[in-house]
Amino acid sequence: MTMEDIKLIEVKEDILADNDAAAKELRQRLKREKTCLINLMSSPGSGKTSLLLKTIEALKNDFRIAVIEADIDSLVDAEKIAQAGIQSVQLRTGGSCHCDVSMVTKGLAAIDAGAVDLIFLENVGNLVCPAEFDTGATKDVMILSIPEGDDKPLKYPLMFSKCHVLLINKIDFLPLSDFNPKLLKERVKRLNPGIEIFEVSCKTGQGIDRWVDWLKKTVSDYA
Amino acid sequence: MHELPVTEKILNIVVKHAQMNRVSRVVSITLKIGELSDLEGEWIQNYFNYLSKGTVAENAILKIEKVPIVFKCNRCQHEMEVKKEQLGEIICPHCSNKGDFSLISGREYFIKEMEAQ
Ligand SMILES: Nc1nc2c(ncn2[C@@H]2O[C@H](COP(=O)(O)OP(=O)(O)O)[C@@H](O)[C@H]2O)c(=O)[nH]1
Ligand SMILES: [Mg+2]
Ligand SMILES: [Zn+2]
Repeated sequence: MTMEDIKLIEVKEDILADNDAAAKELRQRLKREKTCLINLMSSPGSGKTSLLLKTIEALKNDFRIAVIEADIDSLVDAEKIAQAGIQSVQLRTGGSCHCDVSMVTKGLAAIDAGAVDLIFLENVGNLVCPAEFDTGATKDVMILSIPEGDDKPLKYPLMFSKCHVLLINKIDFLPLSDFNPKLLKERVKRLNPGIEIFEVSCKTGQGIDRWVDWLKKTVSDYA
Repeated sequence: MHELPVTEKILNIVVKHAQMNRVSRVVSITLKIGELSDLEGEWIQNYFNYLSKGTVAENAILKIEKVPIVFKCNRCQHEMEVKKEQLGEIICPHCSNKGDFSLISGREYFIKEMEAQ
């Protein structure tokens, strides 16, 4: 073989293009069906399941709610949700580090999506991979909890830059930590000036009302 | 962290282009990957070696070109390259804006070209 045998082929393809296109389509479909899908992301243990339980408690008389569970070892989570009287599906992500549109579509097929107003997707617990894969959700919401530290926007900028809402959870831990909420908000706003930030505690219930108000408004505006 | 699914996608696209161009062996593949992604080049190559066995792309070398993180200032439209470590401290060198930027590049996952025989 000589060098002349080698030819250069221009490929120019986006690796995530298929998923991005499918996500756009799914978002449009959900809009037509008037179903609001909230993609909830965080590190393991930040409080996704706890927040869902609190939120369901506050909203179950206002909206018809369902939950898609994708967290890797969250069979327990699906049970807790079911006990709250809410339709839930456990996705088999096969150990994947994130959810993509094909997985979400399977989850939607397992619930009667047309008969609910609000669906929460509990994404796989990490701040890296779910940031890169659009799920087709109406809104992306992330949780950062106080024990994780205020430097996380510097380590996981993509996640902070793509979310519509940031919940700072476990605010009840604040007096015991050196977490600086003001510094955190500055860091986040530089990456994402439009983001809404709520300080909450799923333990004491502090701040949950403001988050719930945001959800009510979002779902109502959407329908 | 999701090198495996990404590598599968790369291989599918490469095999498709190899067929379209009627080549029998892919020698190298050039990827453009944004600095914001946490993909590990070494892992992509390892997964690729494994997945590509028996395909036209077996033994192909992956070359990764990193695409810098660029933000645009929404006040004065100035575009600036930002290092990953500076992300929490972005300030527009033109108008001193500290809090209103749009991401222009840095999250690419792109197959640019490939060499084949
Ligand atoms: N002190 C405190 N603990 C919390 C709060 N929210 C969640 N937790 C606890 O944090 C742990 C992980 O919460 P979980 O909801 O399972 O997190 P997930 O992995 O993100 O779903 C559990 O033990 C919760 O009881 C909070 O606001 N304050
Ligand atoms: Mg959970
Ligand atoms: Zn400026």
